[in-house]
Amino acid sequence: MDWLQIFSNSASSILSPATMAYALAALGLAVHFGFAGLLNMGIAGFMALGAYGYAISILTFGFPWWGGVLVGMGAAAVFALILGIPTLRLRGDYLAIVTIAAAEVVRLLFLTTAFDPVTGSADGLSGYHTSFRASNPIPAGTYGFGPWTFNAVDWWVRILGIVALALAVLVVWRLMASPWGRVLKGIREDEDAVRSLGKNVFQYKMQALVLGGVIAAVGGIVYALPSAVSPGVYVTSLTFFVYTALLLGGAATVFGPLIGSLIFWVLQTLLSNVLPAMVAAGVLPFMSQIQASTLRFILVGIALMLLVIFRPQGILGNKKELTFVK
Amino acid sequence: MATTRTTLAARAPRTIGVLLAAIAALFAIVMLTAGPASATTGADDDPFRISGNVQLDGEPLQGVHLTIDGPGGKQEVETDENGQWRVGVPEKNAEYSVTLDETSLPEGIAVVDPEDDTPNIKEAQVGAGGRVTVNFFIGEGTRNVTSFFDQLVQRIVNGLSFGLMLALAAVGLSLVFGTTGISNFAHAEMVTFGPVVAAALVSATTLAWPLYIGLPVAVLLSAGLGLLLDVIIWRPLRRKRVGVVQLMIVSIGLSLTMRYIFQFFIGGGTSQLPFSTTEKIPLFGVVQMSIVDMASFAICIVVIVGFALWLTYSRIGKATRAISDNSSLAAASGIDVDAVVRVIWILAGALAGLSGILYAYFRPGLKWDMGAQVLLLMFAAVTLGGLGTAFGALVGSIIVGLLVEISTLWIPSDLKYAGALVVLIIILLFRPQGILGRRERIG
Amino acid sequence: MSNNSSARRPKSKATTTASQEPKAPSAADDTHVMPSKPVERAKSTGLHIGEAAPGVAKVDPIIVADGIRRTFGGLTAVDVEHLEIPRGAITALIGPNGAGKTTLFNLLTGFDKPDAGTWIFDGTSLSGVPAFKVSRMGQVRTFQLTKALGLLTVVENMKLGAKGQKGESFWQSLIPGIWRKQDEEIEERAMELLAKFKLDAKADDFAASLSGGQRKLLEMARALMSQPQLVMLDEPMAGVNPALTQSLLDKILDLKQEGMTVLFVEHDMHMVRHIADWVVVMAEGRVVAEGDPHTVMRDPAVIDAYLGAHQELDLGVVTGRYSADAADSTTDAAASTKVKASDLEAAGMAELEDTSK
Repeated sequence: MDWLQIFSNSASSILSPATMAYALAALGLAVHFGFAGLLNMGIAGFMALGAYGYAISILTFGFPWWGGVLVGMGAAAVFALILGIPTLRLRGDYLAIVTIAAAEVVRLLFLTTAFDPVTGSADGLSGYHTSFRASNPIPAGTYGFGPWTFNAVDWWVRILGIVALALAVLVVWRLMASPWGRVLKGIREDEDAVRSLGKNVFQYKMQALVLGGVIAAVGGIVYALPSAVSPGVYVTSLTFFVYTALLLGGAATVFGPLIGSLIFWVLQTLLSNVLPAMVAAGVLPFMSQIQASTLRFILVGIALMLLVIFRPQGILGNKKELTFVK
Repeated sequence: MATTRTTLAARAPRTIGVLLAAIAALFAIVMLTAGPASATTGADDDPFRISGNVQLDGEPLQGVHLTIDGPGGKQEVETDENGQWRVGVPEKNAEYSVTLDETSLPEGIAVVDPEDDTPNIKEAQVGAGGRVTVNFFIGEGTRNVTSFFDQLVQRIVNGLSFGLMLALAAVGLSLVFGTTGISNFAHAEMVTFGPVVAAALVSATTLAWPLYIGLPVAVLLSAGLGLLLDVIIWRPLRRKRVGVVQLMIVSIGLSLTMRYIFQFFIGGGTSQLPFSTTEKIPLFGVVQMSIVDMASFAICIVVIVGFALWLTYSRIGKATRAISDNSSLAAASGIDVDAVVRVIWILAGALAGLSGILYAYFRPGLKWDMGAQVLLLMFAAVTLGGLGTAFGALVGSIIVGLLVEISTLWIPSDLKYAGALVVLIIILLFRPQGILGRRERIG
Repeated sequence: MSNNSSARRPKSKATTTASQEPKAPSAADDTHVMPSKPVERAKSTGLHIGEAAPGVAKVDPIIVADGIRRTFGGLTAVDVEHLEIPRGAITALIGPNGAGKTTLFNLLTGFDKPDAGTWIFDGTSLSGVPAFKVSRMGQVRTFQLTKALGLLTVVENMKLGAKGQKGESFWQSLIPGIWRKQDEEIEERAMELLAKFKLDAKADDFAASLSGGQRKLLEMARALMSQPQLVMLDEPMAGVNPALTQSLLDKILDLKQEGMTVLFVEHDMHMVRHIADWVVVMAEGRVVAEGDPHTVMRDPAVIDAYLGAHQELDLGVVTGRYSADAADSTTDAAASTKVKASDLEAAGMAELEDTSK
């Protein structure tokens, strides 16, 4: 087993666009679930809207890449509004069902052959990178050291991803430390109490829904930025994985989503390298290499269960502040 | 009530022990003999192809609509500017039917073949090569068009079949919610479990048991799964007084775990239970059902009626409804809530497993994430009918089933689930308690 | 303090019935002063116009409600033809369980929608106005089951109560410079109020760590942060230990002193008699009687519906558990000594057999 290669891959994944995308999605979900107490089971739908909004506006409408980013964010905001108006008045588990249904409807709309010319249906979309690459200020070449050696385009993607993440963290942090955040904390615990104090609870929940949704959409864009958009990615399993990353780090904290996503992805990369290698080396008998890969997802499921039962506040969270824990 | 408690409590430890041991042994045998990955390999993208050309006198026809049906479900496609079309399919050595929608042909043009009654429908066999081409004879002529009414009737029948099958699983989901407050996302995997185990028992490559033994045993094992989950997960968590949202997330983790365990054992492709492709027999009008379809319909009705009687008249059934209504009051009046909940989990498991087996014949095809496809429809059905009521789940399922099938008359068939989900969202706006649910008093 | 607070509003034109004499600072009760008895504060009188009947008009109403109906399924929870709440006074809303008091509260504060009815708060119509807007207009309420936000600290709870905070707007909150100063002022005010309620020492503790009674005080203090005109308290004494009751009563009387109107729901008759200026009695969704505390208790409709007979007797004296000296100040101790427990029992049994026929 080539341990050096395995560790190198895992280390390199710390800076991968996928990690950043997960961090953004988890941050968005933290705003929804951790801070506002909204049981949003459709975060994958927001990510899909970001990615498809970006790709479609470039490919079909010829927007520049930053225009695509704005469209992706806008699409998520509109989706949040449409979703929120009827459903924010519903009880918790109803909201979960509606959001998961809405995300699935979005995915099916992107998958259907009826819209194939625009969405690429099952094949997805690719080839939208021209304007993005053209705007790259870094001269061509390879930079970095050790496992973090990337070419100019890869670095451009990562730099933008980090900038987006930093901005999102700043905004969320400022908001939650302000009176606005205080109201949200109150709403999370008891809406009627906050309502009786003169706050428009619906407006706060809607703002939280839009904010979290837009952040998650940026995550979707970052994910699609270097490669392609495929409808098979934005399934409910993705939402569940983001929940795992979020709970791991700490649902109601600002840096929890980042740490959780980082650990989640690095571990995933590590396992996806280690497990098949172990099979090849004969350490794990009775299974094929493909099965070894599937094993890591089984472990995610088990980890999620253990996490939510024994340490629901995650790494950075404070158990006394959690509302979904009894 | 006291008798129920003592009987169940006395029987419980012994029976559970024996049952668990039996299940474990059987499961182990089944899984070890099943072996890794099924015959059909591949990931989610279907690896085999059916393709064709639509031309009129050598000129390509663009935008002609075709429907391909077979293992893996229905797909729709249109010809491109070269008159060409292709779809990916999950299986080779299997038969598919290709239907050309003549309304998408130009005026006065139809599929002509003097020897065929329905020349616009062709059967295609994807052989060992994994690829096949299907061509139609296009010329001037009259069309074979099924009338709207006939299509409606066929879809109503399909919708009812699907709805009843969905009801089996949805009823369990609703009762679990009603008695424990858990929205069980892992119900999808309890549905998948049935056919997975059934395949391991009856398929020719494994134990090859006859259907009439293998399928009931699979249902029993599904019941055992329900019991197992209650013993090792749900009851301990109830004792710990874990919150409802946490329990929902636990069910999500469980769903992920079980889903990928299935993929671990049967791979990513689609396989079939025996006798899944039998020919359709014309019944009345244009309605066609195969023997399997009819048997499935009959089984659904018998089981549902039996269950309804049980729920209404049996002691445990009444206790269930009492607990769903107000569990503290039920407990205070002497009902052993834990024991009843355990029975519910066993029944939910059995019903889900049976539903899964029937679904595997309906699609047709068995896949590691097939349960997830209908999870949302199950939630839709349960919510539509009224969360927590079994009869509501039944009504909701039939409505969802009919909606899904009938909507294909107007919207593309790959959006049919989306249609049902949109209706769910709309209903929740106006009547969140569902059709049979009660509005909760505020404050 | 003047006996009759009518100095602040026009004298009522119509004369009232004899039982409407202003209640002088209980000279008669002085003989039964208990060590922990509070300083008596004068009650407001002259609040109504005409005879004290259900729906009687008030001299200066802060709320005027008309034709309010709310049904749940087949059950009529509230059916109030006309109700006026007097400004600047303490009004008690009493009635048996299920009379519709909390439902009426919910309706008036916008937490529930009636099937029909209109009501005006301080000249503005409130029907159809959502709960948060109602609160902003100067009407604040507390809940039967205290809603002190346990996961926030005490001082954060208080700061939530303040109105018009710039920092609570989404965009403005991103720039601390805009709201920082106002937040500090609010915190100062919060600490002052907390000191009044003797909760300042606990300012940075999570509200969940407070005792039940302290949480009630917190909820009340928090409600005052918005400087409301009308404070509606839903069973403020529920679950509070008797030692704390007096302190709470004093706080409510303080509210009136500062010019606020109070409407509260209670079951504790002694408390009602102590501090209420006006009593509205509900039963089965309707207002069955209105009047000042003393008269209302004697109203046969009220006795039938709610109180049961002999409220003026102290049963401790009747049964001989203690002597007349130790009787409750709000009861008629002398009359209590003359009544025999066995007579009461016999009368009760007779009534039971009567009604069961």
